Amino acid sequence: MNPITIIGSGLAGYTLAREFRKVDKDTPLVIITADDGRFYSKPMLSNAFASGKTAEQLAMNSAEQMGTQLNSTIFPNKRVSAIDTTQHMIVLDGETLQYSKLVLALGADPIRAELKGDAAEQVLSVNDLQDYVRFRQALAGAKNVAIIGTGLIGCEFANDLVTGGYHVEVIDPGTLPLRRLLPQAVSEAMLDGLSKMGVTWHFGKGAVAINRAGQGYDIELSDGGKLNADVVLSAIGLRPRTSLAQAAGIKVNRGIVTDRMLKTSAEDVYALGDCAEVEGLVLPFVMPIMHAARALAKTLSGQTTQVMYPAMPVVIKTPACPVVVSPPPANIPCEWQITKMEEGVKALCQDATGKLAGFALSGKATAEKMTLTSQLPSLLA
Amino acid sequence: MKKWQCVVCGFIYDEVAGLPEEGIAPGTRWESIPDDWACPDCGVAKADFEMVAIADAA
Repeated sequence: MNPITIIGSGLAGYTLAREFRKVDKDTPLVIITADDGRFYSKPMLSNAFASGKTAEQLAMNSAEQMGTQLNSTIFPNKRVSAIDTTQHMIVLDGETLQYSKLVLALGADPIRAELKGDAAEQVLSVNDLQDYVRFRQALAGAKNVAIIGTGLIGCEFANDLVTGGYHVEVIDPGTLPLRRLLPQAVSEAMLDGLSKMGVTWHFGKGAVAINRAGQGYDIELSDGGKLNADVVLSAIGLRPRTSLAQAAGIKVNRGIVTDRMLKTSAEDVYALGDCAEVEGLVLPFVMPIMHAARALAKTLSGQTTQVMYPAMPVVIKTPACPVVVSPPPANIPCEWQITKMEEGVKALCQDATGKLAGFALSGKATAEKMTLTSQLPSLLA
Repeated sequence: MKKWQCVVCGFIYDEVAGLPEEGIAPGTRWESIPDDWACPDCGVAKADFEMVAIADAA
């Protein structure tokens, strides 16, 4: 029998394999990955520096160990170049491999800002363990770090690096950190928390060009200003990897389009994780991956199972201002009710009938996470 | 008393502190936490946690 084949060894690919092995010990499983196949804690990439963690410490298992643990054949450092969905076949290094069922767990690419200058290519982004290795090398001996973007990853890195003793300057065209995810009062709490740690902000402007200047870089800003930094880190968002699927004629939109069974438009081809768009939702977070992996593991073992998404609050790991947020659905008009406490902000969003639709909590208010989450409706019931 | 770390997200369960907001009293041993308990940060099941090699006094 041809193996069930997973492309990708990130959290989505490996979690699916682990969940699958809980329900099926024997069906041949192949995992193909462009990475080295080490299993590591992805969320820790943006908060491991201050605690002195090297890539080796973040990697919990080698590809070989994962292969044994998951009773799977793992092909590390291999890139799939094409999928033939009618022949149930993938092409890899010019060779073809047959699959019974195929799972795309390809992840997402960091979005790169359009930058001019002779050092535009030196801007780093950290989205996997190998990026983290390069990042740590760049930081050795550096003093000043510039971060482009104040989203979740940008804020976590700002906190982590400032704690690690770096001078951190953050550039964002907006007005407050994490404004896409948080109501104003909680964004302000984040601004406050990180400012007290020493983070310097450059709001209302973008980076235009990066040029070499001695050992470091000059960053030209859209208002004509200039910054100097030894390391420039970009964290302006992720774009699902869709090109492999698209070239194979599989339907893609923002991500690879799937139904509630995580099935793509092609027979026996599934997708999950940061590359997938499940019933219109692209959710590049840990919790949705765990839920998707559990459902898909059952489906692959022959027990067709829809993915359920409960409310899945996102934890932002910024010790300077811990935040938990469950954003209200975009189609629900809501007004935030803000309660400021001594060491925290509680923001609640209710729908027209008075039911809780979302929340954002900072500081000590994060203790209410469980209670509030239990009042939220499911995302996919 | 020990600490346990989630393999996925790095969340640490500290037996000394417990998780009072989830009704787990300070001092609750890992063994005493129900098997259907999941990591509060990422939802990983108890079985997928790993022990961190920190053994505090006691």
